[in-house]
Order: sequence, then C-alpha cells, then structure tokens
Amino acid sequence: MKKLVLLGNEAIAQGAIDSGLSGAFGYPGTPSTEIIEYIQRSPEAEERKIHKIWSANEKTAMEEALGMSYAGKRVLVTMKHVGLNVAADAFMNSALTGANGGIIVAVADDPSMHSSQNEQDSRVYGKFAMMNILEPSNQQEAYDMQRYGFELSEKFNLPVLLRITTRLSHSRADVVRGELLSENKLSMPKDPNQFMLLPAFARVKYKKLLALQPEYDKVSEESPFNNFTDGKDKSVGIIACGLAYNYLMENYQDNECLHPILKISHYPIPRKMVEKITSECDSILVLEEGMPLIEEMLKGYLGNPLNIKGRLDGTVPRDGELNPTIVRKALGLGQFKSNPIPEIVEKRPPALCRGCPHIDSYKALNTSLEKYGKGHVFSDIGCYTLGFLPPYNAISTCVDMGASITMAVGAASAGLFPSVAVIGDSTFGHSGLTGLLDAVTHKSNVVIIIVDNDTTAMTGMQDSVVTGMIEDICEGIGVEKEHIRIFNPLPNKHDENVKIIEEEINYNGVSVIIPRRPCIHVIGKNKKAGGKK
Amino acid sequence: MKKDIILSGVGGQGILSIATIIGYAAVENEMFLKQAEVHGMSQRGGDVQSHLRISDNKIYSDLIAEGKADLIIAVEPMEALRYLPYLCTDGWMITNTKPYINIPNYPDIESVIAKIDEQPKKVSLDADMIAKEIGTVKCMNMVMLGAASPYLDLPVEKLKEGIRTVFGRKGEKIVNMNLEAFDSGRKAAENK
Repeated sequence: MKKLVLLGNEAIAQGAIDSGLSGAFGYPGTPSTEIIEYIQRSPEAEERKIHKIWSANEKTAMEEALGMSYAGKRVLVTMKHVGLNVAADAFMNSALTGANGGIIVAVADDPSMHSSQNEQDSRVYGKFAMMNILEPSNQQEAYDMQRYGFELSEKFNLPVLLRITTRLSHSRADVVRGELLSENKLSMPKDPNQFMLLPAFARVKYKKLLALQPEYDKVSEESPFNNFTDGKDKSVGIIACGLAYNYLMENYQDNECLHPILKISHYPIPRKMVEKITSECDSILVLEEGMPLIEEMLKGYLGNPLNIKGRLDGTVPRDGELNPTIVRKALGLGQFKSNPIPEIVEKRPPALCRGCPHIDSYKALNTSLEKYGKGHVFSDIGCYTLGFLPPYNAISTCVDMGASITMAVGAASAGLFPSVAVIGDSTFGHSGLTGLLDAVTHKSNVVIIIVDNDTTAMTGMQDSVVTGMIEDICEGIGVEKEHIRIFNPLPNKHDENVKIIEEEINYNGVSVIIPRRPCIHVIGKNKKAGGKK
Repeated sequence: MKKDIILSGVGGQGILSIATIIGYAAVENEMFLKQAEVHGMSQRGGDVQSHLRISDNKIYSDLIAEGKADLIIAVEPMEALRYLPYLCTDGWMITNTKPYINIPNYPDIESVIAKIDEQPKKVSLDADMIAKEIGTVKCMNMVMLGAASPYLDLPVEKLKEGIRTVFGRKGEKIVNMNLEAFDSGRKAAENK
C-alpha cells in the first residue's frame, strides 16, 4: 500500500474507513474537526455511503452512534474534550449498555488551551466510565488503533475511548495503510435487554462491567501499544504515555537511553508492567500529556515510599502541554543554546477578520448600550467571542456552549437590565434552543442576539444545522413574531440597526434579533461536501 | 540529511502551502516527515507557526526543541524574531521584510529589521514587492520558499513538482505564476 501523509486526525479517519466504518457522528471543535472533514472528503466514504453529516451537538452525536452500534455497525464519534462534557450523559451510560457494533469515541484534548476554555484530560472520563482508553503516540498508531479499537470494542461489547491531543491531531506524518475490512451487516443486539437501563437491568450491567475489569487488565498487559524497554540505569525508570513517549525518545535520538522505559498507550494501566518498573527502579519519572492521572494513581492518597516525579512535584510544569524542551529539562539533560525573543516583539492575538459581519453587529450593540454602561452582554463560543477584545469590548462572558442565553436569563431574574445574550447560529443550534425555551417559559426580560453568518466559522466553515430555520425555530419555541427582528450588519445600516436593538431592549419580554450576513470566508469558498442542505 | 524548520507568519499568509510543498519534496525524496500545524482560533489573524521536520531517519517528536531548528522561514519580519529561541546558534533565518500590521502596537519596523540584521546567518528580502512585480502579493509565500530553497538541501525539481501539485487545481496560469515567484525568490536569495 502507498504511504499517505496524514494529520493525526486524518489518520484516525482513514483508519476507521479502512476498518469497516459505517458512520461518523460529531460536532466540530478544535482540535478534533478534521476527523469528520476528512471522511466528508473521502471518495471511499462517499461510495460506501458512510454517514458523515455533522450532528447538532456532541450529545446527539454520541446517541446517534449508540443507535448505529445497536444496529450492529461500526461507528466513530468525534468531539473536542469539552464536547465530552456535553456528551457525558450518553457516554457514561454507554459503558453500561455497551456496544453491539464497535464504537470508538475519539476525543481530542487541548492542553495549553490553544483554542479552548479549559484543558481537562479525557482519560479521566475514560477511567470514570471504566472503558478501555487508547492514546496513540504517533500518526501510524492513530491509524492502527482504529482496527484494534473496533475489535476491542466488539470483544468486550463496550465502547472504546480514543484520546488524542492537539499536537497529534494537527501534525502530519507518513502512514502506511493496512488491510481493508468490510462493514458489519445490520444485526440487532443478541440480548434484547442490552440497551435497557431500567434500574433493575442497570444494576446487573454495572456488576458485569465491574466483573470485566480483570479482563481489561489482561488485555492492556498484552496490548501491542504498551511496551517495556529495559535499561541498565535503574536510578530512574520512565513511564511515558501517548505523545510524551515521542518527546522522551526525541531526547535520545543520538545516544541510547539507559533508563528502563514503560510506554503506555492503552489503559487501564498495564499493572504488571508498572509493578516491574516500580520494583526495579529507585525513582519513577512520569511523563503524561494533560493531567497527572498515572502519577496520582502511583502516589496514592497516603503517598508511596517510591520517589515519584512528574507534574505534582514540579519536575514537569503542573499545567500546559509537554514539548521536547520541557521533557529534556525533566530528564536533567542540558538545554541547547539559543537566543531569547527580542523585547520588541509584541503579542499578536487572533482578531475578527476585516469585513467580518460581527464587527458591525458589535458596533451597533455598543451604541445601543452606551447609556447603560458596560457589563450587560453575555456571550458564547465562536469567532464572535473575539468581540471581548479591544477595540470592541462588547461582551463580558464566555463560559460554555449555550451559556449566553441562560446566563442572560439568570441575570435578568436577578434584576439586571438590560440583559443581553450574543450567540452564533451554530452554537444556537448546539445548545441555545433549550435556553431560549427557558427564557420564554420564565417570561424573561432579555434580548437574544443570534449572529447568523451562515456557517460554523471558527472551526473552518462547517455547515450549521440551523441555517435557514432560525426564525421558525424561535417562533416555534414561543418568541412573539413581532419581537423576532432581522437586520443586515453593514456599516451603512448602523443607525437603523441601533434603533432595532434599542426598541427590543425597551420591550419587556423575550426578544430575538438576528444580524444576518455570511462570513467573509463563506463567500467565494466552496462549502465542504457532506454537510446538510 | 536532517532539517528542522520553523515556518512562521500571520494566519492567512500561506505558510501551510510552503510546508506542504517542502513536505512533498521530502517524501518524494524518500525521507521521513513530521509537520505540526496551527489550526483553530489563531488562524484568525493571530501569529501562526509550523514545525516542519524532514530526515533520512525516523523522527519522534512533532515539535522541534528550543535551540534545535536549522532554519526559520518567516513570511513576516516580527514573526521571524518570535521564534528565535528555536533557532540553533548557527541556524539560518530567511525572512520577508514587509511587515503585516494588524495590531495597534506593532513595533517600529526599522528596529525590527535592525534585530534581523543582527543575525549572523540571514537572508532578508521584500517578498511582497517581488510578488507584486510578478502579478499578485498572494504568491509572496512562493517567493519565500524560493529564497529558502538553497538552504533546504532538496532537489529544486522536486520542490517545483510540489508547487505544481499544490496549485494544479487552480489552473496552469496560477501554477506558472507561483513557479515564477519561486524562481525570483531563489534568485534574490542567491544575489544576497
């Protein structure tokens, strides 16, 4: 087979396609987006009619995947780490229902928060749900783990969590393809109770899940992705997980590492291997991307007589992603000489693009709110979050998907006036509808501005599920028709747009304003295939 | 042969095309490749960089360690300086001198150029101007690739093949313009 040069995310996608995938479900979110985008572009996926349309949010995606698994097919679910919070209800319970067709839940974490609100570690979720976790260290493993993951999922009849991080998601390397597998045939679960979680059934399933744990240990002990390499110098033994293994080996490119190394890319942690390295070495250095999961397990609540180094004792920084320089320091090796950044270099934060419709929406909003002072606008997650930065300083909050509307409802109930929400079209489709329903049923005095640029812009122009339906949705939820206002955010319409916003601020009830103009990147750019419409 | 390269610029300036073409030439030359990119929020006018590593031997890390880059190829002068900690002490800095000013506190361009001139090994050129003479500022990135090409130790023909592959979809005219940009950049660097 010819070598392909693929991003880590693309390797996951190609690996899944080659391993008999029947459908991929997900919601775009950096750094996970390219998995489904690749499947949407793939001629093989098109020919096989693999399902590849974006879902409304991560929870619906996870549930749709469960349905596809119920029908016996292999399915991939993709999301970013904070998306797993949205999908958590379905995800946690999927450990009890288990899978019929294989399920891989691919979650991309973003340590150092390059494009995220936090840096939570999805391995914690995997452990919480008692699932097998795979954490590839390179693009080839990301590819190979699809077949392995589907087989593992079908062996235990349980979903498998695949955890990757930004640098693997967005780094290319050559990948060799393996054997092509055909898709599963449609088949119902053998056990008609499998997906039934009435308490009496759930209790039985939980016991079954608990009883499986020793089996898990055995599989992880024998996993091709966990390796122990012995070394003469037992003063330090090194445990390196996923991507951290590369940063470790990078530092021994020219001279052999004399320390024993345990590479972990399949969890639960391989107990016997861990026992071996900890019993033979005087101290242990744990290198893991994200939170100190293994380090905390080794240390235990009461402490471990072993000298364990890592993120908790400061050998490695407590937060942020790893890199070869940090790992080199932790290994006690000398740093390479170089020069610092000259002082004249200034920060260059991301900004709204020239000609962006959000700029004109914010200018109109700022004028309308001038007399009330700052602090009245709750916002959300998308390009428009950049409206917090100068020169706009137009919004005050960004918490999680959908929180703009609900926080505005809460603040209005506390007596804040005006209480305004700014949310994007795609985010509204993801998590805004239920909040709007609350606004209507609570009869809140809020102005909800749905900035509609016809796309999911920040993640790279994916179709938005609500395109063309926003007014109908709002009306259907119960917003009065005369208080659903639409305007075109353009500089020459500033005054009339300000007037519309002012009128709605002065209406005591739920108003929805829809500034509508396509993202400048949508115009002239062919929308990627596979989406809705 | 092994080259560790930092590519840098501002989101939207086209550093990923440079990376793709060098990567294409390296893979065609039967070398190993790792190319870490920036996707997401920073692409909206923020500073972006790509760690591009090519080698005859297996490469482990997707990121280059500080002090280990052989080359910085920057399509914007301040963005060349931002990654100085990565450049090894005898590494080359290949940079465009035309600033991309999208922040209110962009430093005085004279002092930025002065800092670049302090580099012992550097090639600096106004790639925007060269690109405009050829047709459009859009091919500035290929001018920079051409300027960097003498330092890549890759066959020029393979790099040009990469340009044909990347721009092929856009038609013969665009391909030729980018090839011309490449040649002009290479010539400008050789005359430095």
